[in-house]
Amino acid sequence: MPIDFEPTENTEISRLHFNRIALDQMRPFSRKYDDQEHDLPTEWVEYWWNEGRFGAPKQDLSKPTDGFITVCIQAEELCFGDAGLYLRMPTPALGGSAVGAAGTAEQKEKFLTPFREPGEPIWGAMAITEPSAGSDSAAIVTTAEFDEATSEWVLNGTKIFCTAGQGASTIDGGFVVVWATVDRSAGRGGIKSFVVPANTPGMKLVGTEDKLGIRASDTATLVFEDCRVPEENLLGRRDVKKRDPKQTGDKGFKGAMATFDASRPIVAAMAVGVGRAALDFVKSELERQGVKVRYDAPPSELTAVERDVMEMESELQAARLLTWRAAKMISSGTPNSLEASMAKAKAGLAVTQITQKAVELLGPVGYSKKMLVEKWMRDAKINDIYEGTQQINQLIIARRILNYSSSILR
Amino acid sequence: MIDFEPNEDQTLIRDMVRQFAENEVRPNARNCDETASIDPGVLDAAHELGLVANALPEAHGGGGERSAVTGCLIAEELAWGDLSIALAILSPSLLGHPVADFGSEAQQADVLPSLLTAKFAPGSIGWVEPRFGFDPLRPQTTAKRDGEEYVLDGTKCFVPWQDGLAQTLVVASENGELAAFFVPADAEGLSAERESNMGIQALTTAEITLAGVRVPASARLGEGGPADLRQVLARGRAALAAAAVGVSRAAYEISLEYAKERETFGAPIATKQAIAFKLADMATEIDATRLLAWEAAWRLDQGLDSFREATLAFQKAQRTALVVADGSVQVFGGHGYIRDFLPEMLLRNARGFSTFEALSLV
Repeated sequence: MPIDFEPTENTEISRLHFNRIALDQMRPFSRKYDDQEHDLPTEWVEYWWNEGRFGAPKQDLSKPTDGFITVCIQAEELCFGDAGLYLRMPTPALGGSAVGAAGTAEQKEKFLTPFREPGEPIWGAMAITEPSAGSDSAAIVTTAEFDEATSEWVLNGTKIFCTAGQGASTIDGGFVVVWATVDRSAGRGGIKSFVVPANTPGMKLVGTEDKLGIRASDTATLVFEDCRVPEENLLGRRDVKKRDPKQTGDKGFKGAMATFDASRPIVAAMAVGVGRAALDFVKSELERQGVKVRYDAPPSELTAVERDVMEMESELQAARLLTWRAAKMISSGTPNSLEASMAKAKAGLAVTQITQKAVELLGPVGYSKKMLVEKWMRDAKINDIYEGTQQINQLIIARRILNYSSSILR
Repeated sequence: MIDFEPNEDQTLIRDMVRQFAENEVRPNARNCDETASIDPGVLDAAHELGLVANALPEAHGGGGERSAVTGCLIAEELAWGDLSIALAILSPSLLGHPVADFGSEAQQADVLPSLLTAKFAPGSIGWVEPRFGFDPLRPQTTAKRDGEEYVLDGTKCFVPWQDGLAQTLVVASENGELAAFFVPADAEGLSAERESNMGIQALTTAEITLAGVRVPASARLGEGGPADLRQVLARGRAALAAAAVGVSRAAYEISLEYAKERETFGAPIATKQAIAFKLADMATEIDATRLLAWEAAWRLDQGLDSFREATLAFQKAQRTALVVADGSVQVFGGHGYIRDFLPEMLLRNARGFSTFEALSLV
């Protein structure tokens, strides 16, 4: 295929569909659930469960699609609507990605099917981060011990910053994928992931965070005290290879890590959506005030505002194109760790800066809660942090381009 | 369908140019800069590859394979080798492309074959003017109709002026409208003075003064009305963005290599995050900038208005080139500042993109 920037008809249909949802079903509730941080955004949740989850209508799948780029465009549009509400959608979310990547056919059937059935809204989640283990997942201290007598895994530990963890842990039908070590001496090789169904005894929701932004999203702290799940809830292989954890071929850890290669472009696309919301608002507000950006004016005549807007536009598009490139590689089956981290690092920082600049340019209009710009600035910042901070992604990029292992470049 | 892979032909061309840049251009880069000249052998060798000819119309002996995206691939590779040499090699397109796009039959028949001879024949465009606040869409150089002639007055700078140059294309205001005129290099009333710039020292450029230069009415580019020079400018910006990516990539690659070799406190400096993260940022920004340049070029190939995209890509490419070239001087430390190594030259060259405006290479 040649270099081509034209989305397929299907992508365009999908984009328009989700843009409509963003404007009609999300924006009207943006402020409400930013203010009422811990309330369930019922209007949005019900809309998504009853209609939204069935996908974009009118797509003709006999015609070409843009594969994973379409998924990214969907994420961009919905986060253009509202990033917090997007994260509160009743979906399997990252827990679903883990089951999809590392699960057996039976596991997929058992845990994912309920999300396609009628009934009440349910959520999936992934619990990795611990009070003392963030990006360094090998530092995980939550344990999983196998009880031979009952053929059950017994989980003990504390998980924090678990997105959608409130719904996923307390509403029947949902589940949390929990990372735990079965052998601390094996480092990353000992880390396995387990599907813990909602309301499993021993899994306790002990609180949700008060946050800077994405307040419509529930960020849970979960405590596991002798939490028992059946043997078959382990994702991937059970055995531990101590010597070379990266080469074990264990779909458990590798599969879970591989979900990042797919999730980082999505997070990057989400970031682009928030950045676009702020940038579009700035442009329309400037236009309303009679300020038009002159792309053909010489540098000496450009105002500071025009320069800022043009830079915001090119940086946002740069982030979007890096995102699409990483997504395209997923569709074509090309390893994309480097490109996924580039997209995530670029998008996270770009939209953090774009939204902060938007507040600055708009002055009181930007800073006031009457408008959403200040919220978008708060929402945007999380993109520079979760799914690997800016710095972790720089580290991944650096190791790849230098061909250094994690023991050489730490 | 969105895709970021060059097609088979483009890949072949890119690989061929990459090899040429590696073998013939880069090894000459330093010497050309120091001597402020380019070995004609390099230009002839490049000419034989047919990089410019391939894109010119078939009717006049070209290859008819015009594509701004392909042009960007070529510009990046050549500029990776050396920016001065790249601009010299591609200079025939400064005349060739505007003529192919907007020239009358007679103008095409007059200009194009002269660029497609066995030997390399340079091209040129006179657009930039030597003053603060220069606006490419509103030049102060004027063209006034006088009977069957135009009279040109004004000063242009940064005009490629290589040996053997037959004519240049001078951009002027004609009653406030933008127009371009073919002006012979030896026209009466035209005086050219060789320039000396901080960067791209190997490319011969001139400041030319036009004092009542008279050209026939048929010397105005275009058929009927004047040519759409806004589009020429957009093409120039997309191409220069790609060239800036080439310069950036050169600076990044030598920095990466150097950082893995240079040791401090018993370990390569690349093992320190301060250096490693700088390299990571360089790599990311270069890839991002390339995609923006490609997008602008792709739009041009689709016949879409691309002025905005090309301008934004070019602005971004200027920022990237400067940051990356400066970063490479920093990674090399003191060695980056001395002329035994390339970073100082790359920084001088990169700084120039803000003034190279309007070199329509694709």
